[in-house]
Amino acid sequence: MITLEKRPQPSRAWSLATPLLAVLLTMICGGLLFAALGKNPFETIRTIFLDPLFSEFAWFYRPQLLIKGAPLVLIAIGLSFGFRAGIWNIGAEGQYIVGAICGAAVGLAFYPTESFIIFPLMIIAGILGGTLWAMIPGILRVKFGTNEILVSLMLVYVAEQLMASMALGALRNPDGMGFPGSRNLSQYPSAANLEIISGSGMHWGVVTALIAVIFAYIALSRHIFGFNVRLAGQSPRAAKFAGVNPAAMILICMGLSGGLAGAAGLFEVAGPAGQVSIDFNVGYGFTAIIVAFLGRLHPVGILLAGGLMALTYIGGEIAQSNLGLPLAAIQLMQGMLLFFLLAVDVLTNYRMRFGRRQVV
Amino acid sequence: MDLSAINPILLLASLMVAATPILLAAIGELVVERAGVLNLGVEGMMITGAVCGFIVAVNTGSPWLGFIGAAIGGALLSVIFGILTQFLLSNQVATGLALTLFGLGLSALMGQGYIGIKAPSFPDWHIPLLGDIPVIGPIIFQHDPMVYLGLAIVAATWAFLKYSRAGLILRAVGENHEAAHALGYHVMRVRMLAIMFGGACAGLGGAYLSLVRVPQWTEGMTAGAGWIALAIVVFASWRPGRLLLGAYLFGGVTVLQLNLQAAGAAIAVEYLSMAPYLATIAVLVIMRAGRAPGSLGQSFHASR
Repeated sequence: MITLEKRPQPSRAWSLATPLLAVLLTMICGGLLFAALGKNPFETIRTIFLDPLFSEFAWFYRPQLLIKGAPLVLIAIGLSFGFRAGIWNIGAEGQYIVGAICGAAVGLAFYPTESFIIFPLMIIAGILGGTLWAMIPGILRVKFGTNEILVSLMLVYVAEQLMASMALGALRNPDGMGFPGSRNLSQYPSAANLEIISGSGMHWGVVTALIAVIFAYIALSRHIFGFNVRLAGQSPRAAKFAGVNPAAMILICMGLSGGLAGAAGLFEVAGPAGQVSIDFNVGYGFTAIIVAFLGRLHPVGILLAGGLMALTYIGGEIAQSNLGLPLAAIQLMQGMLLFFLLAVDVLTNYRMRFGRRQVV
Repeated sequence: MDLSAINPILLLASLMVAATPILLAAIGELVVERAGVLNLGVEGMMITGAVCGFIVAVNTGSPWLGFIGAAIGGALLSVIFGILTQFLLSNQVATGLALTLFGLGLSALMGQGYIGIKAPSFPDWHIPLLGDIPVIGPIIFQHDPMVYLGLAIVAATWAFLKYSRAGLILRAVGENHEAAHALGYHVMRVRMLAIMFGGACAGLGGAYLSLVRVPQWTEGMTAGAGWIALAIVVFASWRPGRLLLGAYLFGGVTVLQLNLQAAGAAIAVEYLSMAPYLATIAVLVIMRAGRAPGSLGQSFHASR
């Protein structure tokens, strides 16, 4: 019989070891899954986790790592503040979409003028769009006490429909011969989110993500705001006595995560995706939740976790084309990773005791 | 737009059908939350139920076996949630989200060979005498058996929670798990059973979508129905009677927007499709929720 005994304090060693343990367990279970699908598990695992970095075509995949990782890290950094404070913004996908729509709309409004000011304006519009979309659940929570999880999630479906209507209506390419989708922003120099060093994958979104990591680190460890966020999450009552305004905390955390998700959407629509289209969003907003938890809600951890998740996306695509592995299997593996992560977390907060419990 | 193309009797009749999947998922979640557990994985369990039910029904040719398979599939998935939250004491919000992400992936993988196939037909019951009443007959008494089974489950749950001893224990566990534990009730066992009931109901709701309402399998076909079910539980203040009202209200909005689309309303299809989600938000804002079960969402660890 195994019993759990609460630790007086969370174990530091385990809190670092559990993400690695979870990745290892996911690889083992993922391998079993691939074997059940009739693939060679070792080859598949190698394809997913190593080939993007070390195969002979790695020069092609490494830039992809930055392109896929940047939105994940950017969104997850924003989410981590709210998750720490017990504010659950689950609708980052919707804020990502609205950020992309707003940013793209500003860029398209200037077409075909060329000016250095257009791209900065688009970034501001993207951030504002995401922030405002996240403010809806935030304000409803503060004013009416509605559940922000449900409202932010409902707004994802609303945003998806909005995206479709934009791609078919207001933002449709007038020269597109009636096909859905906007003009291609990446072919419009003033609005394009170009690579800073050609061929490196290093676009402005990657730079912004790295800056966000640094700022988040400073805010969480060196600034009173980070302290208040942690306090509000760990002990809401103590936070109230310390003078933390819970309503302001909700609005700031929602706005922050929405703004960063909106920025991620703008960088995606102006760069790798290139246009407003019906199938623009691919679930970065949901995967970012896994990234935030895998990184233990810590900025540096999120950076590493974002890299790992980007790796599984790219590796998954390679495995799909080379080994015929269904893409859903990768999605399943990502869900599995979050499960294992939550499961092994028990080791951080509890100690295992083996043997029968003594009656005292 | 031709509003006369909308037949009010057909509208009200399809309302009951549209409300059924949400009603099934919501009644399961209501029991789970009354036991003090917040399972946000309804969407994941629903879509897993949808694919399990579809696979079983296609292979056996029997929709009834499909529904049984869906209930088992949903319950099995919920066991993962139960083990994580009850035995490994993980955060219920995060675990519920994980369950949704996992369920979406799992269902997409399982359903790969089943895209584009039609489900075996599940005929409507034409209840003799009652079904022949003009107006009311077609609205209420000419549906498939699952509509009535859903209503029966709601009624049984209401009676169980209100009048049975087991229902009282379940509510006690949900209101104050420390006190229930001190009285000698098995908090974890009660909660595990409630979670599995919730999973089975969500599975039935999902299978109703893939076997009756659509009736096909497509990836991500639940499209937020599980989340709407969660919202309806809050709307209902955790009471089965009001749950029925919420589900039918929601079913009404869905059916109305579909009818307006078909009638060629001047509003674009995309904006009409937003209606159910916006209505859910509006309902959450307007209706002040009653008091939630006391221990909702908290982990229980018997330290003494």
